[in-house]
Amino acid sequence: MDLITIAFYFFAALVLGFGGVVVLSKNIMHTAFALLFTFFGVAGLYVLLYADFLAITQIMIYIGGILVLIIFGVMLTTRITGVDVKSGKIGKFQLGGAIVFTSLMAITLVVVFSQTNWYQAEAPAPDSTAELIGVSLLTNYLLAFEVASVLLLVAIVGAAFIARKKHS
Amino acid sequence: MESTNFVWDLMGRNLGGVLIVISLPLFFVLLYALIAILAELKISAWIQERLGPMRTGPWGILQPVAEVIKLLQKEDITPDQSSKLLYNLAPFIIFTGAYAAFAVIPFSEAFVPADINLGLFYVFAIGSISAMGIVMGGWASNNKYSLMGAMRSVSQLISYEIPAAMAILSVVVLASSMNMQEISRAQGGGFWNWYIFGGPGTWTKIWVVPFTFGLTIIYFIASLAETNRVPFDIPEGESELVAGFHTEYSGMKFAMFFFAEYANMFVVAAVLTTIFLGGWNSPFGDFMQGPWWGSFWFILKSFVVVLFQIWIRWTLPRFRVDQLMYVGWKVLLPLSFVCFMAISLFVMLK
Repeated sequence: MDLITIAFYFFAALVLGFGGVVVLSKNIMHTAFALLFTFFGVAGLYVLLYADFLAITQIMIYIGGILVLIIFGVMLTTRITGVDVKSGKIGKFQLGGAIVFTSLMAITLVVVFSQTNWYQAEAPAPDSTAELIGVSLLTNYLLAFEVASVLLLVAIVGAAFIARKKHS
Repeated sequence: MESTNFVWDLMGRNLGGVLIVISLPLFFVLLYALIAILAELKISAWIQERLGPMRTGPWGILQPVAEVIKLLQKEDITPDQSSKLLYNLAPFIIFTGAYAAFAVIPFSEAFVPADINLGLFYVFAIGSISAMGIVMGGWASNNKYSLMGAMRSVSQLISYEIPAAMAILSVVVLASSMNMQEISRAQGGGFWNWYIFGGPGTWTKIWVVPFTFGLTIIYFIASLAETNRVPFDIPEGESELVAGFHTEYSGMKFAMFFFAEYANMFVVAAVLTTIFLGGWNSPFGDFMQGPWWGSFWFILKSFVVVLFQIWIRWTLPRFRVDQLMYVGWKVLLPLSFVCFMAISLFVMLK
C-alpha cells in the first residue's frame, strides 16, 4: 500500500467513525464536536480527489462557519450542561421509518456502485482548480452565483433586523 | 521550475522524506517558542523598567528552559465534573490547528513543506480548527469563566477574520496568485517591490501605496485579535474571567495552550511577512539573496513582527467587549473594503 491509499483509508475511517458518533451519541455537544472530525475527513477525501479548492472551502465553511454556528446555537439555546436528546412516543415511529429508509438507501447505493461501469478520466488532473472554478462561476454560472449572493444579503439584513434594539 | 523543497531533492518522496518535512517546522517551533518566551519576559521587564529574569544562566537566558521544566512537573488536574475526553483532547486540537498552518509557510525559496496553489486560503481556513479547540476546551472544563472566554474568543475570531481576509484578498488581487511561494517570488528585487509598498511595478503604483500600507496595518491589528493578544485578549482577561478558556488547565496541557498561542503568533507573523514584507527576499535586491539567506531574512522579518506583537502587549491596555466589536465591524471592516476596492480598481486600470 502506498501513502495515498493509507491516507484514503485513514480519512474514510475518520468520516465513518465520527459520523457514527454524530448519529449515536446522546450528548448533543459530543455530536457537534464529532462533526469536526467528520468534516475534516471529508476535506481530506476531497484532497485525494484533486479537488484542492473544494477541500479548503470545506474546512473554511463547514468547520469555521457552520460548525461554529451549530455549537453557538446549542450553547445558547439549551442548558450548557448539554441536553439529553431523547424523543417521546413519536420517536419509535421515527426510528422505524429511519431504519427502513436508510436500509433502502444503502441497498440502492450498493446496487448502483456495483453495476456502474466506472472509468477514469483520461485528462490529467488540473494543477489548480481555483482558477477554473472562478472563471466558470463568473461566466457560465453567473446567474446562480448572483442569486446566491442576493440570498445571503437578504439573510444578513434579516438577521440585523431581528437582532437590533426595539424602540418601544 | 526548480524544486521548492530541498528535502525532496535529497531524500526523494518517500516515508522518511515526509517525516522529515513534517518534523522540521516542529523543531523550529520548539526553538522559537523558547526564544519568544525569553523575549516576552525580557521585553516586558524593560518596558516596566525592570531587569527581568537574571539568575537562570548568564543574563537569564536559561529562564524559558526552567519554565518548561516547571510546567512539566506540575500536577495535571482534571476537574471532577468536566467532560473528560473533550477536556483532554482540546489542547491537542488547538496545537494541531496552529501547527497545520506551518505546512504552507515558505521559509526559504528552497523550503516550503507543501508548495500548494492555495497556500494563503489554506492558512486562513485551518485557523478555524484552533477556534474549535478553544470552544471544546472552554465547554469541557465545566466552568462558567472558561465558557465565557471560549465564546468571546470565537466571536472575536469570526469578527476579525473578515478584515484579515480582505487584506489577504487584496494581495491575491495584486499578485494574481494564492501560492505563497509565488507571492514571495513576485516581491524580489528590493524592499520597494514589497506589497506593503504597492508591489513591483512602475511609478504608477504610487496610487496604491496608501492602501497597501493601510492594509498591512489592518492585517496586523486583525492578527493580534486572532491570536488573542493584547489589546484583544478579552477571552482571557484576568480581571473578568480568571484566565478565560484555559482557567482549569494545568501542567502540560496548559503548556500546550501556551505553545499553541506562540505558534499562532509566528504563523500570523509569517503570513504578514510573506504577503506584505517580501517573504524570503532580501531588502537590498541581489545583495545577500539565496536559499540560505532567504530563510535568514524570512525568520528575521517574522521575528520583528513577533517583537511588535510583544511590544504592543506590554504597552496598550485591554479593550472592552463592545469596543472590540466596534473596532472590528465599524472601523476595520469598512476601511479594508475601501482599500480592497481601490486596489481592485488599480489592477483593472493598469
